[in-house]
Amino acid sequence: MFSAQIVANGLILGCLYASIAAGFSLVWGVLNIINLLHGSFIVLGAYLAFYAQRELGIDPFAFAPLAGVALFGLGLIVQKLAINRVLGRPVLLTLTLTFGLNLAFGDAMIEAFSADYRKVNLTHDFGLLTLPGVVLPLDRVAVAAESLAITALLWLLLRFTKLGRTIVAVRMDGEAASLMGVKTAGVFALAFAIAAFTAGASGALLAVIFPISPLMAAGYLGKSFVVCILGGLGSVPGAIAGGLMLGLVESASSAVFGPAYTTTVSFVLLLLLLYVRPGGMFGRKSFA
Amino acid sequence: MNKSKVLGPWALIVALVLVAVGIAVDGGPYWIRLATTFAMYGALALSWNIIGGMAGYPSFASAAFFGLGAYTGGILITHGWPLAAAVLGAAVLTGAVAALLGLLVLHLRGHYFAIASLMITEAFREIANNAGDLTGGGMGLTLPMAAGDALSQARLFLFAMALCCVGAAVACVLISRARLGVALRCIAQNEAAALTIGIDVRRAKNLAFAYSSCFAGAAGAVYAAWVGYIDPNDVFDIMLAVKPLVMVLLGGAAVWVGPLVGALVFIAFEELVWRNMLHFHSGLLGLFIALLVIYFPGGLAGLSGWFGARWRRLGLTSSRSVA
Repeated sequence: MFSAQIVANGLILGCLYASIAAGFSLVWGVLNIINLLHGSFIVLGAYLAFYAQRELGIDPFAFAPLAGVALFGLGLIVQKLAINRVLGRPVLLTLTLTFGLNLAFGDAMIEAFSADYRKVNLTHDFGLLTLPGVVLPLDRVAVAAESLAITALLWLLLRFTKLGRTIVAVRMDGEAASLMGVKTAGVFALAFAIAAFTAGASGALLAVIFPISPLMAAGYLGKSFVVCILGGLGSVPGAIAGGLMLGLVESASSAVFGPAYTTTVSFVLLLLLLYVRPGGMFGRKSFA
Repeated sequence: MNKSKVLGPWALIVALVLVAVGIAVDGGPYWIRLATTFAMYGALALSWNIIGGMAGYPSFASAAFFGLGAYTGGILITHGWPLAAAVLGAAVLTGAVAALLGLLVLHLRGHYFAIASLMITEAFREIANNAGDLTGGGMGLTLPMAAGDALSQARLFLFAMALCCVGAAVACVLISRARLGVALRCIAQNEAAALTIGIDVRRAKNLAFAYSSCFAGAAGAVYAAWVGYIDPNDVFDIMLAVKPLVMVLLGGAAVWVGPLVGALVFIAFEELVWRNMLHFHSGLLGLFIALLVIYFPGGLAGLSGWFGARWRRLGLTSSRSVA
């Protein structure tokens, strides 16, 4: 079952899933809000890359950081206008709020871009890398590498910069952090915006491999969920581990059960994990 | 004792039933359809109220159980069962499945429980999509039509759906006044404290989850028979989980009046505003939900001014708001 090709496919996919979910995990861990808009942010990043490539001729690989910056601004706006007002409120309210915003956002995207599937056509062909037993399309390898780089950048930010340590401090204990003089409101806004950055950049990279449509947002959101539950909340290594695991599981199940059941398998896995170890592999052992 | 508190609830139930009968007898097809939709929303909102309003567990599984009931009822009807038996069977099966699933997910709190309930809906939808032999898969399930002409069929389904709604309302009242209701309210306030005073928290939550799903399942079965064709995306639609929630937020988690009033306001908005918009339909609904959560989390009871004060003085809303 675990032939080298399946493992390779799974790892490549896993890197992408890791970068999709890293921002989602950050928002959940720091603001304690499940950001149902995350999928839409990813799709918006993908659309920006698509239009940049079609109108301006910019390669998605080069455009990814720019898409991230655009989403950073959008994330700041959304956070200031809406999310900020429900911080600390019960799950019901925050989840419903982001659900409503996502509904509006998704519909706006359908109005703006139409629900037709789009595809980015790369100008130059990357070719294949043929190793014994494994065939790797190089464009996918490039996507995996760049998304892993973005995730690693996030980890470096959180670990070695003052801003990152502040975010981690707020995640650990918001009240203690504010007692230490941290302006938690600003930190929340920045964390949300950084998560939106990673969503936008990953979305731009996704556009290279997958077709783009507003209807795909829910799928990416679901995968982010699974990765977070697999790997634990609020930690980038957890997101990477969870992403790689999900990639491997999907690749293997696709080979064994067929591609149609991939989503079912990941959801069943999610339910089982929620029952056995909700904190994820790297998270605290708790369900709250 | 405040007269409205004693007579109020039952008088209102009787009034609603009379209105339903009036519509069934006099109204044209549009009003019958509208009333049936209102009864469906009311049943869903009231059933969500049991687990979400009383127990405080933010469940997004209404869609899962609605769909399960729809498919169960649909499959039973295609095998020749009469409507009443099929709806009852659907309700019982949904309740049993919910009780089993409750063992799996009810120990989770907050976000994790919400996600798990969402995932249940997705998992059910995928199963319905893939179990083609039983459910017709992505092509959907077509039900045989009921006997009689269109108008009497419409009345039959209005009656059936109204029965589900009234059943859910009566269940809410009975649960609220029984020990289960007390247990649920304690759990909603502080689950750990409820445990320490000796409440069987697991059993209470499981019962609430099962009762809540019964009525959603029954409504689903009636919906399947009413519409005559169901498919996974239709009956496992996440909106069916979010709309009841929004209705209860609107009306307040009162024992049974809140959800019904919320359903009424919601359906009024739906008919007057969203149904007339071809383009930004769900977007506007999304904005409505977002604005509701930001500015009116207390629903009607949270309104300042004359209306809010009168609403609170009626004593129909619970002292603890959903939010």
